[in-house]
Amino acid sequence: MAVVLILVLVAVASVLFHLLSPWWWTPIASNWHYIDNTIIITFWITGFVFTAVVLFVAYCVFRFRHKPGNQAHYEPENRKLEFWLATVTTIGVVAMLAPGLFVWNQFVTVPKEATEVEVVGQQWLWNFRLPGANGQLGTSETRDVTAENPLGVNKNDPAGLDDIIIAGGDLHIPVDKPVKMLLRSIDVLHDFYVPEFRAKMDMVPGMVTYFWFTPTKTGSFEILCAELCGVGHPQMRGTVVVDTPEDYQTWLEQQQTFTQMMATAN
Amino acid sequence: MVNIPSSIDDTVPAAEVEDVELYHPHSWWTTYVFSQDAKVIAIQYSMTALAIGLVALVLSWLMRLQLGFPGYFSFIDAERYYQFITMHGMIMVIYLLTALFLGGFGNYLIPLMLGARDMVFPYANMLSYWLYLLAVLVLVAGFFAPGGPTGAGWTLYPPQAVLSGTPGGQDWGIILMLTSLILFIIGFTMGGLNYVVTVLQGRARGMTLMRMPLTIWGIFTATVMALLAFPALFVASVMMLFDRLLGTSFFMPAIVEMGEQLQHGGGSPILFQHLFWFFGHPEVYIVALPAFGIVSDLISTHARKNIFGYRMMVWAIVIIGALSFIVWAHHMYVSGMNPNFGFFFATTTLIIAVPTAIKVYNWVLTLWRGDIHLTIPMLFALGFIVTFVNGGLTGLFLGNVVVDVPLSDTMFVVAHFHMVMGVAPIMVIFGAIYHWYPKITGRMLNDVMGRIHFWVTFLGAYLIFFPMHYLGLLGAPRRYYELGESAVNPPSAHDLNVFITLMALTVGAAQMLFLFNLFWSLRNGKEAGGNPWRATTLEWQTPTTPPPHGNWGKDLPVVYRWAYDYSVPGAPEDFIPQNQPNPDRISREHIS
Repeated sequence: MAVVLILVLVAVASVLFHLLSPWWWTPIASNWHYIDNTIIITFWITGFVFTAVVLFVAYCVFRFRHKPGNQAHYEPENRKLEFWLATVTTIGVVAMLAPGLFVWNQFVTVPKEATEVEVVGQQWLWNFRLPGANGQLGTSETRDVTAENPLGVNKNDPAGLDDIIIAGGDLHIPVDKPVKMLLRSIDVLHDFYVPEFRAKMDMVPGMVTYFWFTPTKTGSFEILCAELCGVGHPQMRGTVVVDTPEDYQTWLEQQQTFTQMMATAN
Repeated sequence: MVNIPSSIDDTVPAAEVEDVELYHPHSWWTTYVFSQDAKVIAIQYSMTALAIGLVALVLSWLMRLQLGFPGYFSFIDAERYYQFITMHGMIMVIYLLTALFLGGFGNYLIPLMLGARDMVFPYANMLSYWLYLLAVLVLVAGFFAPGGPTGAGWTLYPPQAVLSGTPGGQDWGIILMLTSLILFIIGFTMGGLNYVVTVLQGRARGMTLMRMPLTIWGIFTATVMALLAFPALFVASVMMLFDRLLGTSFFMPAIVEMGEQLQHGGGSPILFQHLFWFFGHPEVYIVALPAFGIVSDLISTHARKNIFGYRMMVWAIVIIGALSFIVWAHHMYVSGMNPNFGFFFATTTLIIAVPTAIKVYNWVLTLWRGDIHLTIPMLFALGFIVTFVNGGLTGLFLGNVVVDVPLSDTMFVVAHFHMVMGVAPIMVIFGAIYHWYPKITGRMLNDVMGRIHFWVTFLGAYLIFFPMHYLGLLGAPRRYYELGESAVNPPSAHDLNVFITLMALTVGAAQMLFLFNLFWSLRNGKEAGGNPWRATTLEWQTPTTPPPHGNWGKDLPVVYRWAYDYSVPGAPEDFIPQNQPNPDRISREHIS
């Protein structure tokens, strides 16, 4: 009997914990509430299955535990029941996968109007680059990285000369405008992760990765590195500030371009 | 009940392979140390795996102490913390779980359950163990090498794994780790070929494939998978070793490390991840399938009921094994690979949920209308069902590509994989040890100690990993030495971390009781007799217990029925051994 009670307790306590626990996701600050909704659907389906299976096991133990004289039923197969269970499971899986793939399609389809923002990771800090007046990022190359040019921007590419460089400082982006984050690393793997935006993506040396989102809330958010990148991994933090359009303009005008940065260095 | 008339002659085919003369040891050394007897090799594998597992357990305590009480223990600095998590992960996955399920249970059970005298290649089988031991020693050497073991995380992702920002990256740590893996894979291949060929060629007369116990189906399928998956890890290890020692650039692009241009260029870090997970995902099932098989037999035996849907169970094992080779990139949704892969890998991953769910249904339907004896193996089997269902269901979050995006690299992942491939298979390992210890030693394990061990381990492990999911949902990243001030680390999360640490210490302490029981019962356990659980499978029908070299005495057993003739209506007892002839045709011939 103790076994039955404990199994019931495990099922009930797990559900109560889910409903009452203070540990829940941070308030969302991007357009990816679809992701949150898909998680909620998944919680409902999986929570139902978990509770049902554990309670069924508890019932079996309660009803069919050994007593003298008991004999088990002999039934090797039951085709109908197995078919029925497989079908219901398939329906449940489709109910989770379909919305998941639907939202993934949005996640991988970057809107045309998204502005590009480059993030460059290195052990153990974040650098950023925004397109300058020409609205376009210049090319870059890890081989071109020097102390004066920490992002490896190509000096011979005119498109890059007006790029805005933020070395080690805070990134600002305007609210309600979709952004395409272009992610680079000059040393090891990193991962650009802002919990409130829900999205994250690894940064891989030798290639440019990306994801997009639209910030929907002004405020200051912490950037965490989500890919183990050496002993300094937990200290690799940054800040992204989502501004109103006016605040963003004010901030933007104070930033230095690549040309200005190289001039100061020389 | 359908009675299909059958005579002994048409259900038991003639022997395909003649009984062979065994190698007979001549000295103490060749009997107990350099033994070619699969049972001795099984014990050697198991004891080595448990010993290195104890190291992993202590490492888990140390990392939990840091997470529960950050900064309080000054000897756990960031460098050591990363070394602890790396070694803990690698030991548990490869050197404990893989070695114990295949090298331990595989060696002990394959010949005995199939009615063979030994493995087909006993000498290679012996070499397999000694290479495994060497691999373990090389691994442990990392703790004593200058710079200590590698701290790259068990996934060993380059380029950081071979660079100086990672502990052991430019010292001995990563070299010893890769060398140890290479040795392990060579050793495993020798054992693995043995298990596969023995299952295919060494079965007793009448032991058709569809009469094999599910334990053997699980171990067999897992071994075939391991033989196909480990080579990917092997080449990845060799290439990374070249990158580290010879300056090649298989996985190394142009890199500026701490302001200095390195002499690498052109390599692909993501290529390593594909190779690693091409091994790493099947590896999950290499651990899970033997557990699936064993737990099926534990549930059937201790519920005195045939396993429900045997054929479906066999096909589910085979289909899961095959599918697991086309899902690997679900570990890489946010790795920067082409995001369109996500559609394919999310679909294949969620398809696996169907055969897996069928297995769960069949386990619980085996309990339905059974005669459930709440023995310790049965308790652990119940604990397995709860933790496996829990961990399997959270896999549906992480497999569904877009849900994975916020959760990947958080504590949710840590909680998920510990529940599903840590706690659940270990529940089965414990259940299996309580179940087969009487055959191995001739004595029962102590029941009171066993029950305490079960309840503390099961409830404690659940209390560790169930709440941990919610830290990940909150956003807490994994592999953080300390989270410090952050929106994802409120004071309440810190309290939860203290609780989890206390639970981890408690569960660890319960394992000491288990180890004590293992040794105590050797002398003081109740005499078991040959078949204490009244089980049907062949290993319980040996003429003597523990079974001697050669297992069966003069005559090999002949198999007349499937492994699950429990509670057959009209039978005098509630089990009919597989080697019992069928004069009164009481048993339905399950599959002809």
